[in-house]
Amino acid sequence: MPPKINLTKCDGCKAEEEPLCEQVCPGDLMTLNEDGKAMCRDAGDCWDCMCCTKICPQGAIETRLPYQLGYYPAKLIPRVGTNKIMWTCVDINGKVERFVVKTRND
Amino acid sequence: MCADKKLPKTIEDIEVVVHETDFLIIGAGNAGCFAAIEAKRKNPDLKVTLLEKAHIDRSGCLAAGMDAINTYLKKGKTIEDFIKWSRSQAGGLLREDLAIKVAENLNKPVEEWEEWGLPIKKDEDTEEYANRGKWDITIQGESMKPIIAEKVREYGCEVLNRVVATNYLTKDGRVVGAMGFGVRNGKMYVVKAKATCIATGGAAGLYKPYTNDGSGSHHQLWYCPFNTGAGYAMGIRAGAEMTTFEMRWCATRTKDFNGPIDTISVGYGTPMINAKGEKILQKRYADMGGDAAPRFIRANAPMEEWMEGRGPCFVDTREMSDEDIKQMKTDYLNERPSYVLFLAARGQDLKKEPIEIYGNDPYIVGGHTASGYWLNSEDWSTTIPGLFACGDVAGGVPNKFVGGCAAEGLLAARGAVEYIAKLEDDIEIDESQIEAEKERVYAPLFRMINEGEGIKPKEMEERMQRLMDEYAGGVHQFFRMSEEQLQYALKHIKILQDQVKYLVANDLHELMSAHEVIDRLDVAEVLIYHLMYRKETRWPGWQTRTDYPEKNDQEFDCFVNSRKNPETGKIEVFTREYKQIVPGDRLKPN
Repeated sequence: MPPKINLTKCDGCKAEEEPLCEQVCPGDLMTLNEDGKAMCRDAGDCWDCMCCTKICPQGAIETRLPYQLGYYPAKLIPRVGTNKIMWTCVDINGKVERFVVKTRND
Repeated sequence: MCADKKLPKTIEDIEVVVHETDFLIIGAGNAGCFAAIEAKRKNPDLKVTLLEKAHIDRSGCLAAGMDAINTYLKKGKTIEDFIKWSRSQAGGLLREDLAIKVAENLNKPVEEWEEWGLPIKKDEDTEEYANRGKWDITIQGESMKPIIAEKVREYGCEVLNRVVATNYLTKDGRVVGAMGFGVRNGKMYVVKAKATCIATGGAAGLYKPYTNDGSGSHHQLWYCPFNTGAGYAMGIRAGAEMTTFEMRWCATRTKDFNGPIDTISVGYGTPMINAKGEKILQKRYADMGGDAAPRFIRANAPMEEWMEGRGPCFVDTREMSDEDIKQMKTDYLNERPSYVLFLAARGQDLKKEPIEIYGNDPYIVGGHTASGYWLNSEDWSTTIPGLFACGDVAGGVPNKFVGGCAAEGLLAARGAVEYIAKLEDDIEIDESQIEAEKERVYAPLFRMINEGEGIKPKEMEERMQRLMDEYAGGVHQFFRMSEEQLQYALKHIKILQDQVKYLVANDLHELMSAHEVIDRLDVAEVLIYHLMYRKETRWPGWQTRTDYPEKNDQEFDCFVNSRKNPETGKIEVFTREYKQIVPGDRLKPN
């Protein structure tokens, strides 16, 4: 279910007034739980836009599609640089693909 | 942060924050951002304020990114070419006066975006933008929203993030700002403005999506699910004239993900095929232009195949080269990255298995079809003085897409800046409307506190979506509807409107959800009136009347408009004449 939080990695963006995932979620779905870790209020209301996944400085958020639509355990992991994102995609059969996407002019 | 700690317990607890500004823009998406920047360029002394429900960096349709601009006038193309193409794609119905002005401004925002940092591919030989189709160029738009948000801040505009607009402030029939509430702090916001521009986008979530399994995938939509028709609803409640709601946006999308399809079919020229392997457009719609058939034909074609027992349908990727498949996935990563995850989650090899396609739940979205505010082409003003509109919420110009919505931002800002320059009086607000709005807006919170139970926003949303889907031509009904079905839908939408007094909200997020459903009910009601009025079938798929299956040019070759009479509360539906400016057969692209 989207988005899945790695509670060990998530530090709740302690230095920020508001965690970055909460700041950017276009659906106001990300917030902190009682332990100060990120949580999604309602996975069913997620658009899978991956804004939270891309902005998390700890790499603690993984976007998972609803199982009703896509099988387990595919992964799509972004590594965000200044002007590009390197994406790693692993399909349900373990096939790995990598992509580099330019996001801003140099 | 735990939102409920900040919840007001009584109406007296609500802090009212008053802002005064010259130009208020509601919605800081693509169109709203361009309106803000243009207003500052026209008059740097103006105070420009944007009210944004989410955060300007990642809000609206461009939150996840975008992989193409579908309307760019390339070398050799004229405005007349563009109007003819767009007009034919829309089945011959668009506001030519508006569309011409949009076309005149299409290229500027795109070129500026590039200058500000948006990567756009160039053809190596010509140095022109690389083609994707006749009017389309490929962009690498993952960061196009943060890029334009930075520019808005640089120009010195004020941005109020996480404020949900709920209604306009009015004074003697004029819009003088807006009211709303802070979804993070619970405060009520009153923004007084000399001119106001609505740019909240279209309406998703009126209809039940077929991907909704009861858990987990309520928002697996193509259109941004957080665009919930607030701008339409505020206009309807204020008595603004609306046009062409019945021209719904039902499109062919990737099955089960509701992803964009032009990326594959236009970008890589893959044919649409049915279960028998037949090329649908060429075989059945050759007389309508085959692969270049109007948008509503392409939208409806796979659904017709299903109805006839020839589904599932696909776009055939099996002939694509490895490089093209890789590039296409890269395009998706620029717009809807999770589609690449979807393909991985299906373990799908596109060389062996084509991509399945299907129709989507219908949306009301003026960037694709013509639904929205009825505008004056002189200045992009609505029928209410002081109120301007741009982007998906503005009507009359189908096929404007990202570039056209940005162009409308420029046009609306120019109109508003001129309007402000002519104003003489200061605005005095009648405080009683603020009190009334405060009671209306916070009612679901206080009902929860005082009564302890009622209707949850999601329950009401799902009831509405089921009604619209089953009785007003949703995807499960293959977009078809009849008079009796529409009457049924209307009867129950009116019951729901009466039941909003029972809505409850446990926190500010739910309060936002409550207003999203209240707004969508107002949009749904007007939509049904429009669908009932057009007793013909002009755009099969977008608007299919089983009881009036033919087109009736004698009566309906015109705009269907509506206005909620604020005195009687009744929706009045009427027609406006089509005015042709660009000569030629309106159904032909050239």
